[in-house]
Amino acid sequence: MASEYPRPPGALVIGIGNAYRSDDAAGLIAARRIKERVSEHCSVIENAGEGTSLMELWKNADRVVVIDAARSGAAPGTVRRFDAALHPLPASVFRGSTHAFSLPEAIELSRALQQLPRQLIVYGVEAHNFEAGSNLSPALESAMPQLVECVLQELLDTNASRAQKVPVVRS
Amino acid sequence: MSKQPARTIKVDILARVEGEGGLYIKLKGDQVQDVKLKIYEPPRFFEALLRGRNFAEAPDITARICGICPVAYQMSAVHAMEDAFGVKVDGQLRALRRLLYCGEWIESHTLHVYMLHAPDFLGYQDAIQMAKDHPGVVQRGLQLKKAGNEIVTLLGGREIHPLNVRVGGFYKLPLRSEFAALAERLKWARDAALETVRFVASLPFPDFERDYIFVALRQPDGHPFNEYPFNDGRLVSNGGLDIPVSEYEANFTEEHVQHSNALHSVLKQQGAYFVGPLARYSLNFDRLSPLAQEAAREAGLGPVCRNPFKSIIVRSVEIVYACDEALRIIEHYERPEKPAIEIHPRSATGYACTEAPRGILYHRYRLDEEGSILDAKIVPPTSQNQKTIEQDLGQFVPRFLNLPQEDLLWQCEQAVRNYDPCISCATHFLRLEIDRV
Repeated sequence: MASEYPRPPGALVIGIGNAYRSDDAAGLIAARRIKERVSEHCSVIENAGEGTSLMELWKNADRVVVIDAARSGAAPGTVRRFDAALHPLPASVFRGSTHAFSLPEAIELSRALQQLPRQLIVYGVEAHNFEAGSNLSPALESAMPQLVECVLQELLDTNASRAQKVPVVRS
Repeated sequence: MSKQPARTIKVDILARVEGEGGLYIKLKGDQVQDVKLKIYEPPRFFEALLRGRNFAEAPDITARICGICPVAYQMSAVHAMEDAFGVKVDGQLRALRRLLYCGEWIESHTLHVYMLHAPDFLGYQDAIQMAKDHPGVVQRGLQLKKAGNEIVTLLGGREIHPLNVRVGGFYKLPLRSEFAALAERLKWARDAALETVRFVASLPFPDFERDYIFVALRQPDGHPFNEYPFNDGRLVSNGGLDIPVSEYEANFTEEHVQHSNALHSVLKQQGAYFVGPLARYSLNFDRLSPLAQEAAREAGLGPVCRNPFKSIIVRSVEIVYACDEALRIIEHYERPEKPAIEIHPRSATGYACTEAPRGILYHRYRLDEEGSILDAKIVPPTSQNQKTIEQDLGQFVPRFLNLPQEDLLWQCEQAVRNYDPCISCATHFLRLEIDRV
């Protein structure tokens, strides 16, 4: 029935953001670009970032990549990779998300309820401007190709041990 | 008391409200000198974005203002447009709109009750900590919310930012058979909602009541439906207000306040007012379904509730109602021949208020003869409650001054969360500061 959530046979990519909050849209925009380049075995979903809907999305998935705007004080456009299946997201990076029950809380509640996917990788791209608007800052726009490549590589990479590192691909 | 040492305490982010904002309280001894709530920024960007757009685009554009209550924005937008064009959507199309609203109330209220507000009462930092001790309770909340999601997905085309709503009706209508599985799910949800009412009624509540001016929609006596309000009705209050929505701006005004980008809505001559579940309930108790009324009574509520902390019970009663109403609508559903009625634009101004989960959401559009939007005005519920929240804190805080600072901050956060302030439509960090001078 239409109300069932997708049950992706392969990997699931979730781009989070608000299309009208400038850089907050980074996750959505990355997801759109990724969608153009992946096979039908990979589901790519845009989401506003409300925590319980994220939990539903990834509940029955095996491999998940989430892309969201981050706010850590790093240079705008800095991309970081986190293995959320192993560790909670650092509060200093994803603090102050637009929703009170958002990505970090959704991950921890899933963990508490033993509903985390086997693999959950989070890419955070450092945002600069969260004001009302529908354009990315130049630094985020230039980070976008690398972010997309990283996620595509992630989807090809079946070796979960890669997860240990937190590469900064742009700073 | 005035010789108490000066103290300044700042807390970074007020957690568990939708979005981010700021709260500042200044105390001198046991006197509250100032309360400033900075949680709301008006949707100016969207009002500007709407200018020059075609009327048909308004529902989908305004739905983007809020990730939690997109249906409310769509509903206020379509009703305002239909008001401008002199069109009335009735019958099954009207019922389906109510059904869609039921879905949003279930989603939004359940999220707030279980994930955001209940942890306050039980002494948990958040729902994650609560889940460790009460996994069954949290699971029930998640499943109940999902039932709301499923209504919105089925009718709206997708779970958030539903795309199926248009001025005049819908783009595509579900078949009756498509509701079968949903109805089963909703029967479970109605039971879970009754459980929810029992659960929240057992929580400890501060003894705190105020003589609020409640404002909500209400259908006048003799109205053909006599419904609990979602999409229509007159604007009424317990202070004598009884006006058509088109007179909103003649009776309410927005004041600029310096401490915020915010505008404070006030009732002219009467000041602060209260919108949302407590107001709806207290002005429309007689319009709840018998089951919802019974649940309220069993929870110890009378037909009027003035304790804002008990909004968690009222929200839960409204979840019961939304499940009950959704099942009633599904039971009587017959697919109309056409998904929408025809719209003929004309030069006019249209007004609408609908009951978003957090209270009345006002839209006004001025349109030219082609149906292009000349200007738009949107007043969300949180902006309307802002002044009342400040007043609550002004009265509430002095009673808890002996508490350790951390506990006092907790109480303040809980008091703000009574209103489920939705500022995802709005602004960023909610910083909480208490200055003791």
